Amino acid sequence: MSKKSFRQAINEALRQEMRRDPRVIIMGEDVAGGRGGTSGVQDAWGGVLGVTKGLLTEFGEDRVLDTPISEASYIGAAAGAAATGLRPVAELMFVDFVGCCLDQIMNQAAKFRYMFGGKARTPLVIRAMYGAGFNAAAQHSQALYPLFTHIPGLKVVVPSSPYEAKGLLIQAIRDDDPVIFLENKVMYDEEEDVPDDPYTIPFGEANLTREGNDVTIVAFGRMVGFANQAADRLEKEGISCTVIDPRTTSPLDSGTILDCVADTGRLVIVDESSPRCNLATDVAALVAEEAFDALKAPIRRVVPPHTPVPFATILENLYLPSVEKIEAAVRSVAAYRVKEEV
Amino acid sequence: MQISRDILTRSYQAMRTIREFEERLHVEFATGEIPGFVHLYCGEEASGVGVCAHLGKTDTIASTHRGHGHCIAKGVAVDGMMAEIYGRRTGVCRGKGGSMHIADLSLGMLGANGIVGGGPPLICGAALSHKLLKDNGVAVAFYGDGASNEGSTLESLNLATVWHLPAVFVVEDNGYGEATGSSYACAGTQKDRAAGFGMPYFECDGTDFFAVYEAAEEAISHARSGKGPAMLHVHLARWYGHFEGDAMSYRVNGEVTKERSERDCLVKFRQRAADVSLLEASVLDEIDAAVKNEIDAAVVAAKKAPLPEAEDLTRDVYVSY
Repeated sequence: MSKKSFRQAINEALRQEMRRDPRVIIMGEDVAGGRGGTSGVQDAWGGVLGVTKGLLTEFGEDRVLDTPISEASYIGAAAGAAATGLRPVAELMFVDFVGCCLDQIMNQAAKFRYMFGGKARTPLVIRAMYGAGFNAAAQHSQALYPLFTHIPGLKVVVPSSPYEAKGLLIQAIRDDDPVIFLENKVMYDEEEDVPDDPYTIPFGEANLTREGNDVTIVAFGRMVGFANQAADRLEKEGISCTVIDPRTTSPLDSGTILDCVADTGRLVIVDESSPRCNLATDVAALVAEEAFDALKAPIRRVVPPHTPVPFATILENLYLPSVEKIEAAVRSVAAYRVKEEV
Repeated sequence: MQISRDILTRSYQAMRTIREFEERLHVEFATGEIPGFVHLYCGEEASGVGVCAHLGKTDTIASTHRGHGHCIAKGVAVDGMMAEIYGRRTGVCRGKGGSMHIADLSLGMLGANGIVGGGPPLICGAALSHKLLKDNGVAVAFYGDGASNEGSTLESLNLATVWHLPAVFVVEDNGYGEATGSSYACAGTQKDRAAGFGMPYFECDGTDFFAVYEAAEEAISHARSGKGPAMLHVHLARWYGHFEGDAMSYRVNGEVTKERSERDCLVKFRQRAADVSLLEASVLDEIDAAVKNEIDAAVVAAKKAPLPEAEDLTRDVYVSY
């Protein structure tokens, strides 16, 4: 066990799985970097943010494949390779680039097994960065996990910390279905204790990061940390919160969410993706349908406005959910009382 | 060129099977019993068969929406295919794929594909598997002149070259992408496109099995020997519409009749076989009769086969969930 950053946790998961299974390969734009450059083949970048640094040196050019800037071809190649015996981990860099290759994910990889009557296995992982807070503006900041969650055949992982990232990525690589693994780009330098040995965290099993009696908060990815901070501050005001990190949006651990709402009767959902048809609406629908009688207050969603992600810091801060916005939402549902019928 | 008697016999049988299969579907579709869309490969048989004659089970192909011929050429069972097209539980995809998604990965058949240009990127991946798993396999993407204009196809030509993959890109150029002529829709030439990626280019008359066989041998052996990808441009004609029910108002009267009478790959095969005493006519006649019986039996069985059950609706979305 040692302190590791989110970036190191992911690098270690990739390295350990590549050591364990020779069929695991990685591919993407500049996952090594430097091929064709005047300095010769070398570990130049290790991805734009250095996440895959060092893997070329250990595993060589056959298993660490730099690609042309050509998402449709290499994401499709990853799907084809997965269906024919390899276990590729393809890096899409920014998840926004899915616009260039969605067909290969949505119409090909996700559907092979069903369309082919259960005869295909597509052990594919697509890693990508998501999220606002980096001044990366509208084409490099989206949180597109609802888009993937919508597609049957895909599993979708949104890790909330370095520990979670390592265990969930190892699980993703060992999984026999296509997995979309989304890393919040603001979190790469966050650190915590992470075991040195490989370990897995199962999909579809939520983690309770706080347990309380008054309000349930469901949060995704980076928002879990925000929700924990809000819960800690609210505790001092006498409002105790349960915080649920679902870990995966597909499969979604609806059982844990419903159990917690049954206990607290009050629900706040924190989701940094665009507000229409996102995970917050999905969880709200689940609870409205399955736990209506348990609710003591309206469900509140802490989500961005229905706009592209803005560039300027002042606007981006307004755009994103924040600890303060979560606190305000929790206070409002905690204070809510059903009006007595006259 | 020497072709063994066994390959000749099997190739003729595969071409005849495709022809019977498709002609029968044309008739059966008109009765309204077959759900969905059907895209027929009639007239193009020599292409799929001439290419697949060089492939084994460890080689991979990806097909198109017009995929029945490629499936049969790669060895997918005809009765399972027919049942699939009828939406039956006994179909190769348990009735959940239909005509456009017939696949059998155990035979290296990575699927027909409902998305134009869907196959070439997948074939880059299959070729990568062959290369890294060192099984000496090659991966072949069949796609049409329409798909040759898709970005995914052009990107795949680049990636396969950059990665030096054992891949072959077979452009089946039947002159039409749906209802639009390739003379309108394809800028430049396929030959120049291959040259643009530094890729060897071969072309052939797709209604002549022997021409396809020979050109495919060169393209496939190039890829198999580790020299990187190649393109094979097959010129052929589509005897039916884009899909069944297409009135083909974009083709002049007599265009298809002329193709049928002058460029029928089966007639040409028989002619060549007779001219150089390759196979006796009686052997080919026996094949014709046997194939007809096989297709008859497949249709009868498909119509009687059980439909999918309600529980099949939610099965096989994931390996585990």
